[in-house]
Amino acid sequence: MPKSEVESSKSMQDYLRAIAALSNNGDPVATTEISRYFKIAPASVTEMLQKLSENGYVNYSSYHGSTLTAKGFKEAQKITRKHRLLERFLSDVLHIGKDQVHTQACQMEHSLSDEAEESLCRFLKHPDKCPDDDKIIPACDLPFSTCEECIALHKQGLEEVGKRQQNLKSICNLKSGVHAKISFIRGEHRILQRLLDMGLTPGTPIKIERVAPLKGPIEVCVRGSKVALGQDIAANVFVESTQKSS
Amino acid sequence: MSCHSNSASNFKKQKNNGKNLTIALAGNANVGKSVLFNQLTGSSQIIGNWPGKTVDKAEGALTFEGQKITVIDLPGIYSFSTFGMEELVSREYIATQNPDAVINVVDAAVLERNLFFTMQLIEMDAPLVLCLNQVDEAKKKGITINRKKLEQLLGVPVVPTVAIRGEGIYELTKTALNVTRDRQNHKSHLRYGAEIEQRISKLDQTIQNANLNLNYPSRWVAIKLLENDPEIKKLVASSESVNKASEALAAEISAIHHEPSFAVIASERYGLASKIASEVQRQAEVRTTISDRVEWITTHRVLGYVTSAAVIAGLLVWTFSIGSLLSGLFSKGLSFFSPVNPALSGSIQGILWNGVWGGVVASLTLIIPFVVPFYLMLAMIEDSGILTRVAFMMDSAMHKIGLHGKALIPMILGYGCNVPAIRACRIMETKRERLLATFAITFAPCAARTIVILGLVAVFLGPWWALSLYVVDIALIFILGRIALKVVPGQSTGLIMEMSSFKVPSLSVVARQTWARTKSLIYIVVPLYIAGSVIVQALYAVGVLQQVSNALSPITVFWLGLPAIAGILLILGFVRKEMVLLAAVAIFSSTNLALFFSPVQLVTLALVNMIYIPCLSTVAVLAKDYGWKTAAVISVANFAVAILVGGIAFRLLSLVL
Repeated sequence: MPKSEVESSKSMQDYLRAIAALSNNGDPVATTEISRYFKIAPASVTEMLQKLSENGYVNYSSYHGSTLTAKGFKEAQKITRKHRLLERFLSDVLHIGKDQVHTQACQMEHSLSDEAEESLCRFLKHPDKCPDDDKIIPACDLPFSTCEECIALHKQGLEEVGKRQQNLKSICNLKSGVHAKISFIRGEHRILQRLLDMGLTPGTPIKIERVAPLKGPIEVCVRGSKVALGQDIAANVFVESTQKSS
Repeated sequence: MSCHSNSASNFKKQKNNGKNLTIALAGNANVGKSVLFNQLTGSSQIIGNWPGKTVDKAEGALTFEGQKITVIDLPGIYSFSTFGMEELVSREYIATQNPDAVINVVDAAVLERNLFFTMQLIEMDAPLVLCLNQVDEAKKKGITINRKKLEQLLGVPVVPTVAIRGEGIYELTKTALNVTRDRQNHKSHLRYGAEIEQRISKLDQTIQNANLNLNYPSRWVAIKLLENDPEIKKLVASSESVNKASEALAAEISAIHHEPSFAVIASERYGLASKIASEVQRQAEVRTTISDRVEWITTHRVLGYVTSAAVIAGLLVWTFSIGSLLSGLFSKGLSFFSPVNPALSGSIQGILWNGVWGGVVASLTLIIPFVVPFYLMLAMIEDSGILTRVAFMMDSAMHKIGLHGKALIPMILGYGCNVPAIRACRIMETKRERLLATFAITFAPCAARTIVILGLVAVFLGPWWALSLYVVDIALIFILGRIALKVVPGQSTGLIMEMSSFKVPSLSVVARQTWARTKSLIYIVVPLYIAGSVIVQALYAVGVLQQVSNALSPITVFWLGLPAIAGILLILGFVRKEMVLLAAVAIFSSTNLALFFSPVQLVTLALVNMIYIPCLSTVAVLAKDYGWKTAAVISVANFAVAILVGGIAFRLLSLVL
């Protein structure tokens, strides 16, 4: 790839990540918001958004603002995931100060390969939150429903397992009243076992009943029963995302 | 029945010939097992509308048509997988104690989730009766269940009940008795999908060939091994053939489904449960019920906190206002008879008379009026289901002291009595969290401490002073909780809690509960007071108490600013916290303590009594659950905090009062 193209894909990824971060549950993000975020002129933001729109990453409208397409969402998740995994690595393993990990990770995220990302995730034992602002690390795009398969298959020398087609979203990022289907549960055996016992098996439809304020628990309706899940648990329960807010 | 379990079935037959039968109650948390247990045995096992209140198995007796039956109430669990202690206790009980029948209590409104556990009981070859409980509540939610079809699909007799009103209990008992007589008739034929089932049978065969002499049915062991259950793996560790086969077969299952084998089996089991549930139940449209609306309020982003605070504060305000009203009435009534004559003090007759009468007056005016309304309200709160809402709303606040929302439930119970509250801490998932919650509870002012706060502060200085002591206490719990978190580091578990459904508290349940709790007080504590007050009077007359108090005066008089006699009061308070108040009444031969203590002293004494040491029974429970060392550390911590806070309070209060 020529240097200019590398640069442009880097900034495209930055834009996608910014839109994902600024958007509240898939709501459109205004161009001025993005320009404020990057501290650059709205005109250059518009130019970039049009380019992203041409490539099918963004639905751009100068009046309503921009939303991510499914393709754009996937790309944004990927780069966000790499970013936050790197932050964890820098903080937990290299003991770099929490105030510095963000800038450092911004530099590294673009050059981290997918394989390295998977290894990093296993090495860090499937972390769920980033160290500086406790944001959720998105799920990986391997076609698994729990982390244990990843570990088991890796031991046998992780063959070609393909990629997950759907986009995943943590139930922490869902509004109350939303219906969804469980796709992936991250985390340790004990919690996973408990969630399975309570009926939250992969493939099960759930409904978000209500979300407690102040980062409180999330109440889901599953198999006719109502179960409250604390933020720490809910952050690791992923459902298929129905991108486009409706 | 296949040959491998011959020894077990012989054992069961022998037991059947005996006179006493055993029936165990098993099922998910909060489905009404304890209600049913009380109905069957006439006992007053504490019940409440929140998951996890039965932590130990309870035992009761029942005679049904001449047959003596022992009934066992097992703790509520969702599965036989080893998540916590309760699961292990329950499955070991069913496997090794061989109850003659197991009544699986099921919440009819949440059939699918409950059937997941039923399947596991069936896998365990338990002699089963399905008790379809709360069919009335299910009906309100528009759910009706085809009983005959459910019986057919499960191969287990099904009895619909409304345990709370005693409906269906007769039929249930009768059916359970039938099951104890011919259990073979109820063998089930529930089977999983082919690729799982083949491997279960294969492993089952290997286990039978290995002759391991297990307590559990071999098919169940096979399933558990495929689920990678660590405890069961230990059981078969001696047999290499079984180990090898189970690992190979588990790997095969996970390869087919791209999921770990335990998740595959859980999914399959839920698949079956879901299929059965959808075949037998019909869901009609229902309109928004009142409970839905109450639910909306209790979990609203603003109103939710208001209701949570109202539950906690309301319990205390209610106790205070009703308590002081009743206490006033009783005192007026009793003063009419009052024979207390200070001139009599000193003579043996006088000591006896003043002691007995002082004890009676203190119990009637200071204890009963406050404890009964308190327990009444606590029972209503417990039964309404609001506790899980409070836990839901307060989860993020509780995280600040390293706990999750569920810990608030035992803490609220701690306002009643620390002992059951500490036991209720078993609803917490890890030992560390149980310990943190327990530590916090030892600072929660129980009913006994409330009595002292009321008798010393509310009566003489007004209810607002008394309530402010609680505010100080809650702040202390928070600060000390933060400190404890630093002392006991570790990972905290997140909240996973089933929300109980809302209901109007049942009058009979509330009345029974209040009576059960008050009863123990009247039977044990009141005689103790009367006897204790005689002894205290006698010792005072002889002059022993004064010597002890003088020895403690550096702390009590110099640092806390209390009269020297407070030393002896606090020593007695260690036995039971109410003793502080009672002994004061006995020593001064008067309930008008304002004559002997200044306002500052009253508040300081109540404050110190609130925190200085858990009472004897609490220390005993602490030692039993956590060991003597932990009990000692917690007690010393309590004592140090009390002395520190008491001394500061004395100095600050002296400026105001």
